[in-house]
Amino acid sequence: MKADVMVDTKGMACPMPIVKAKKALDSLGSGQVMEVQSTDKGSVNDFQAWVKQTNHELLGYEEDNGIYKFFVKKI
Amino acid sequence: MEATTNLNVMTAKELTRIVLAKEELFILDVRNESDFNDWKIEGESIEIVNIPYFDLLDSVDEALKQIPEGAKVLVVCAKEGSSLFVAEQLMEAGRKGVYYLKGGMKSWSEHLEPVKIGALAGGGTLYQFVRIGKGCLSYMVISDGEAAVIDTLRMTEVFEQFAKDKGALIKHALDTHLHADHISGGRKLAEQTGAAYWLPPKDAGEVTFDYERLEEGRDITVGSTTIRIQPVYSPGHTIGSTSFIVDDQYLLSGDILFIESIGRPDLAGKAEDWVGDLRETLYNRYKGLPQDLIVLPAHFGKITELGEGGRVMTKLSELYHKNPGLNISEEDDFRRTVTENLPPQPNSYQEIRETNMGKRTPSEEEQREMEIGPNRCAVHDK
Repeated sequence: MKADVMVDTKGMACPMPIVKAKKALDSLGSGQVMEVQSTDKGSVNDFQAWVKQTNHELLGYEEDNGIYKFFVKKI
Repeated sequence: MEATTNLNVMTAKELTRIVLAKEELFILDVRNESDFNDWKIEGESIEIVNIPYFDLLDSVDEALKQIPEGAKVLVVCAKEGSSLFVAEQLMEAGRKGVYYLKGGMKSWSEHLEPVKIGALAGGGTLYQFVRIGKGCLSYMVISDGEAAVIDTLRMTEVFEQFAKDKGALIKHALDTHLHADHISGGRKLAEQTGAAYWLPPKDAGEVTFDYERLEEGRDITVGSTTIRIQPVYSPGHTIGSTSFIVDDQYLLSGDILFIESIGRPDLAGKAEDWVGDLRETLYNRYKGLPQDLIVLPAHFGKITELGEGGRVMTKLSELYHKNPGLNISEEDDFRRTVTENLPPQPNSYQEIRETNMGKRTPSEEEQREMEIGPNRCAVHDK
């Protein structure tokens, strides 16, 4: 999936993955896509809940060798 | 993360004291909504609200609106990080008496509080270990420098240290059945202390290790004063479920009988097969036991089951009056109650069973994840 910005939060603990992601998303324009990479297992549930709550769109989620990737489209 | 010198820390042990003393506390749980709805801290004088931390990143105004002025506030999350983040901002906004929970819900899930149940007639003492965050109960019989641990939890160092403090050597580790809601520490404790590990053979069909056969007729003694632990075969939660009568005073009922509910028969996928055994155990076998035995279960389901000082215990005769699961006169009603409309199964219960059989060896971190959440071993835990 092609993203306009990649946010690397590998090695960071909660709440930093979402803090960083939120900051990056704020700087994007409507329709643009953000990719977030995290190694924090807890971020899987949190990202889904956060995206839903903020009314953006979770385009995809995948796991690769302990790295969780989220693709979020800004509405 | 910023330095946290001005923040108050609360440990799981301190929180336990507050819950047991029924002190007032306001909890702000900042985990996401589904985790909160699944499992949270409870207490009779605890007020709790859930606002996910990601709703408080820009401003804690929403939280300030909901937290009563002057309340003692504990911020809680899964591990610790987010609660610290939110607690700091509440302090910056001028709130006093703000704490965060050290180690988050993980540490709450793992805290064990030892409480004394009573003296044994033959000399010695019986202790109960209350895993308050998850509802599991373990026991230690100590007599004359020897100890037996029943339904040991994963945190084996707590039991080792406790026995050491009491000057006792752990000689036996017993499991009432093959557990599905938590990882047994029995085998590990036995390995570390040289104790014997006992398991009912009917639950041990697929295990990958050696064990002592826990069967009726094979009484276990602790200390030279001979505290007798008498196994009573009581199937229904599992096919091997075995209770113990300790010192002719106490009935350790495992997951068959709780204070406000009864065991569920479905965690090994055999509800239909085992429902008859469950009824036989509860309505005939237990009825034939001395009714003044004090029942000590392996779990509690609700915080209201905790008595004075956190003890979970009630006379058998009283349970036959009060416990709804012991008062279903029609067999068909009973069958429906224990097979239909049961609460959700405990987190990772199949993986936990396989771990307890020795078929899986998850890392410490994986074990912790598998055990997160409530135990849900009872029919009425909804």
